[in-house]
Amino acid sequence: MQDSNKNDQAAPILIFTYGNPSRGDDALGPAMFDLLDKHQQETHELDRVELLTDFQLQIEHALDLQGRKSVLFVDASVSCTEPFEHNKLHAKRDDSFTTHAMSPSAILAVYKQINHHEPPPAFLLTIRAYRFGLGQDMGEQAKVNLNKAFHYVLNQCLTAPEPHN
Amino acid sequence: MPPPLESAQNPQALKRVVIEPLTRVEGHGKVTLLQDEHQNIKQARLHITEFRGFEKFIQGRPYWELPVLVQRLCGICPVSHHLAAAKATDMIVGARELTPTADKIRRLMHFGQTLQSHALHFFHLCSPDLLFGFDDDIRHRNIVGVIEDHPEIAKQGVLLRKYGQEVIRITSGKRIHGTGAIPGGINKSLTKREVAYLQKDITQIIGWAQDSVALVKKIFFEHYEYHLAFASIESNMMSMVSPNGAFELYDGGLRARDPRGESIFDHAPYDQYGQYIREGIKNWSYMKFPFITSIGQEHGWYRVGPLARVNNCDYFTTPLAEIERKEFMAMGQGTPVQSTLAYHWARLIELLHCTEAIAELLNDRDLHGTDLLNKGELQNSGTGVIEAPRGTLFHHYEIDEQGIVEKASLIVSTTNNNQAMNESIRRVSNQYLDGNTLTEALLNQVEVAIRAYDPCLSCATHAIGKMPMQINLLNENNELVDRLEKRANGLIDRTL
Repeated sequence: MQDSNKNDQAAPILIFTYGNPSRGDDALGPAMFDLLDKHQQETHELDRVELLTDFQLQIEHALDLQGRKSVLFVDASVSCTEPFEHNKLHAKRDDSFTTHAMSPSAILAVYKQINHHEPPPAFLLTIRAYRFGLGQDMGEQAKVNLNKAFHYVLNQCLTAPEPHN
Repeated sequence: MPPPLESAQNPQALKRVVIEPLTRVEGHGKVTLLQDEHQNIKQARLHITEFRGFEKFIQGRPYWELPVLVQRLCGICPVSHHLAAAKATDMIVGARELTPTADKIRRLMHFGQTLQSHALHFFHLCSPDLLFGFDDDIRHRNIVGVIEDHPEIAKQGVLLRKYGQEVIRITSGKRIHGTGAIPGGINKSLTKREVAYLQKDITQIIGWAQDSVALVKKIFFEHYEYHLAFASIESNMMSMVSPNGAFELYDGGLRARDPRGESIFDHAPYDQYGQYIREGIKNWSYMKFPFITSIGQEHGWYRVGPLARVNNCDYFTTPLAEIERKEFMAMGQGTPVQSTLAYHWARLIELLHCTEAIAELLNDRDLHGTDLLNKGELQNSGTGVIEAPRGTLFHHYEIDEQGIVEKASLIVSTTNNNQAMNESIRRVSNQYLDGNTLTEALLNQVEVAIRAYDPCLSCATHAIGKMPMQINLLNENNELVDRLEKRANGLIDRTL
């Protein structure tokens, strides 16, 4: 089991989006996945990137970070500035450890805990969201924010993983 | 049973304590405690804002979409909803029995789901105060000493969880939003290569599962009397069992036993669950309170999940888990084990069983079969019930002549445990709230009591913005007299 998780063949860049596609603007993460996946299918410009998505973050996702040069998490947020924020992450065991959905910083802390070394450089792109009702569609403003974030990821993050704001 | 504290005779003359744990995903819970003039707890209520959008989300959709659609209800246990809905749609398409291949692959998927869910508790043992709590430094040091002898817990917990996820991925076809179970069966069987991939690590996985049970026992026995008594309540227990009384997670009859272990009902057909349990309503809570019909709402509440399942079954079919069950049951001395913290122990016995059961299934040639679907005459309703990691999960659907869902009714595991969580909080509050000053110990112990049930509030509640946990103490005039706030970084501040 341990050998199979060394992830020697991992793509150098991981973009990990998360959210529930059926909870209104919480779909921003999975929608970013869809846009990037479609772009890759059409252009093959993202060969160095692996795209992953899930409902939420949990401890096993620390294994997905192994062997990466850089990691970008993408999530919806009701508290970030419009249209999105891009920040560097630091490993930190916060209270999300006790819940069923962990923060990206807590995932980095789990990585450090199980590997006994620092995780790869990791960043969080939060896209401004407004509503999270089950069965709701994504709102119009959230779609605008998503579009800007998508182009930012393409034009900035993949060529220069350091945050630009 | 403890004396009823839910409704005080003169609530207007009582102090009120409010504890609000909120997270974005898990929903909104609030604990209200009311004191009398002698500073005794007279009322304790766990308020959960139950999500009422299930039915609306599902109604109007074709029944064949249900197994995929319902995975969107909850990011914590989507596979549980997937399988419960699949069982309900089996009934709708008239598939009274599944083919052996379909039945075994669904069971394999469910064992993987339960394994990955329970593995989180193994991981959390590396920080045992989350699960067991401590009220003094000596206990804390003793338990930390136990953990320091097991430096690989965290890694093993992560890898156990990953293994469960791999079982799900291979049986459902995708890492998330899998489509493995469909009305009447499954959409693919397993290749020999897929089975070999899972077999490669299963011996190691079983070994780690055994270690997890040994460790949780060691912690439990480190302060046996304390752990036995903490948040302990006497309750009825309900779970599914196989036709011969064995432990069962996927398909069987419903069994309920009273606190002495006497039968209330046994092998009840799950598609008739409405005859055996009902959902009560209380004017102070948005969440319903299921109870056993024959006993009534006041005394008919029950517990579900690992504690109920291990107590209720006659035996495990797998040898290592059966050895552990016998040791666990000895604690009850002939009656069901009622310790709330024993949930953690029972949960890891179930984890061990899942690993053994996965190993057995991986040797079964039916996994490679080609007979995947059964169908019969279309029915206008269907019920699916499974034992989800947190307890019994009910799905019921009614469709129109076009196959469109007209009515959907769900009872999720956490709702089944609603009253029991209230009772455990009352027990803890009586023990730890002293005077009119809130303490970190009280906040922590209430959290520990709730966490024992491993509640999944995301599918029982609205998703609300991320906020810190807060305890407010209000006097009989609703004036704030004290407040503790637990911030996202874990620090606790007095913010009055």
